[in-house]
Amino acid sequence: MLPDELKDHAAAVALDGAVPGAITGGHTERKEPTLWIAPGRIVEVCRYLKDQQRFVRLSAITAVDWLPADPRFEVVYMLHSLENNQRLRLKCWLAESECEIDSVTAVWRTADWYEREVFDLFGVRFRNHPGLTRILMPSDWEGHPLRKDYPVHGHKYSYQDE
Amino acid sequence: MRESTLHTDSITATDATHEHVAEIAAPSGNKRMILNMGPQHPSTHGVLRIVLELDGETILKAVPDIGFLHTGIEKNCEVKTWQQVVTLTDRVDYLSNLSNNLVYALSVEKLIGDIEIPPKAQWMRVMLAEFQRLNSHLVWLGTHALDIGAMTMFFYCFREREDILRIFEMFSGQRMMTSYIRIGGLALEPPRGWQQAVGKFINAFPSKVDEYEELLNNNPIWKRRTQGVGFVPLEDLLDLGVTGPMIRAAGVKWDVRKDEPYSSYDQFEFEVPVHTENDVFARYRVRMEELRQSARIIKQALEGMPEGAWQANAPKIVLPEREKMKTQMEALIYHFKIVTEGFRVPAGEVYQAVESPRGEIAYYVVSNGTSKPYRVFMRTPSFGNLQALPSLLEGRLLADSIASLGSMDFVLGDVDR
Repeated sequence: MLPDELKDHAAAVALDGAVPGAITGGHTERKEPTLWIAPGRIVEVCRYLKDQQRFVRLSAITAVDWLPADPRFEVVYMLHSLENNQRLRLKCWLAESECEIDSVTAVWRTADWYEREVFDLFGVRFRNHPGLTRILMPSDWEGHPLRKDYPVHGHKYSYQDE
Repeated sequence: MRESTLHTDSITATDATHEHVAEIAAPSGNKRMILNMGPQHPSTHGVLRIVLELDGETILKAVPDIGFLHTGIEKNCEVKTWQQVVTLTDRVDYLSNLSNNLVYALSVEKLIGDIEIPPKAQWMRVMLAEFQRLNSHLVWLGTHALDIGAMTMFFYCFREREDILRIFEMFSGQRMMTSYIRIGGLALEPPRGWQQAVGKFINAFPSKVDEYEELLNNNPIWKRRTQGVGFVPLEDLLDLGVTGPMIRAAGVKWDVRKDEPYSSYDQFEFEVPVHTENDVFARYRVRMEELRQSARIIKQALEGMPEGAWQANAPKIVLPEREKMKTQMEALIYHFKIVTEGFRVPAGEVYQAVESPRGEIAYYVVSNGTSKPYRVFMRTPSFGNLQALPSLLEGRLLADSIASLGSMDFVLGDVDR
């Protein structure tokens, strides 16, 4: 459902009409519009926003771990339209038990590395990703460092144990 | 030892055994060769590893392997207080520390909301960020030209860079890891006599740029090594997340300084240089013109620098003056609070973008209302740009790969964070 504060946001209104039911919420905070998207609809939404609303650039994809909240993970997409000089943020909430979401690499190729990074550091899996492997950590690394339950110190590879 | 396997359709790092290589025939009928470039290769300017699949001299496939410089800066931010994180941002992109300081300070100030940065601090930030652009572009030009064989450029560029580093040292006490831009203003009062030092440099600089261009613009070797090399269609560049001089050399007039002005960039007059040839030479031309434009901005900042405070009037965020701390009770209390527990930032999230020498650098900062950031995500331009590397290399000659690679101007610290 489109929140009231985004009723005058042209792209959000058009999206709500074109992909009904995909928007589950949102807000405008510090002049930055954010839309909450149902995780199952993310590819459809991104495709529409890129092709019809001219968000040709995907600036980045990242995630936030809200442990112990449920749903725990927030996957965040930063969209940018060069033509309209406009930015839009999409968010999907994922529960820990099923932290899996469809990949948007088919929409923007730049999503490839960003999704690998989110997988590497948060352990969120992306369905239909062309090669979902670790990107920053070594391939045999255990755990996902940016999760809140992953310690900053005291890990088994910590220099303090040497 | 780091053991790395690269999973792609046809090529993995473990393929680099000779037995496996021999099995696969290249389209020309020759045996293909897998060449491991880096991570300790001089022209990758850092620890980047690229696995190249070659058919003779032609690159069939290029797979970049990153992460060798991953230091977990984003994780580290979560255990530092808001102000302490500034020193970490320096170390992300070690050629443009001040752009990183600036984007972090701007995003936290946006989160705080009711903090007003005085004009002098804003202009100072602009001036130093432009010095940083000169510094970064000079390092790029020197090393890029050196890669292609124009050795003299390296000495000329590093001569001017040395002067810029001296100016940074004058302001912050540090040549490289300046941490000079802080939340709420600057770290220190601008030093006495900075006008003379900046003025001396900036009056001489445009003629230095002429000197560089004289050496390179009509140099037949330089032109043949750069013109028509490294072309990638604009749609692909945008789709792959490329920003900065690379897309401006492809005809997109997009510069965060103009389109989403921050830190009073809207009060300065400057052009956004654009070229359309979209090759290594065009990227060189764009950066050379950016050198001139940055010098123009610095000159305006020098001439019109506003008077007044260099820090915000926000006693709960900015450290008090030494004098006040010793004479006023409140100042002492604020100092104690800021140093021991830091200041609290209202809950929320912001995405703030800045034009770094390499493109769009943006921080997505999330606060949960405590004195430490909940999450700091750094959208770094090098990470976005590097993803286009295979498109620049595949199907081209191996000898051109060095020119194409250099034209991207990435910093591996910025890629791996």
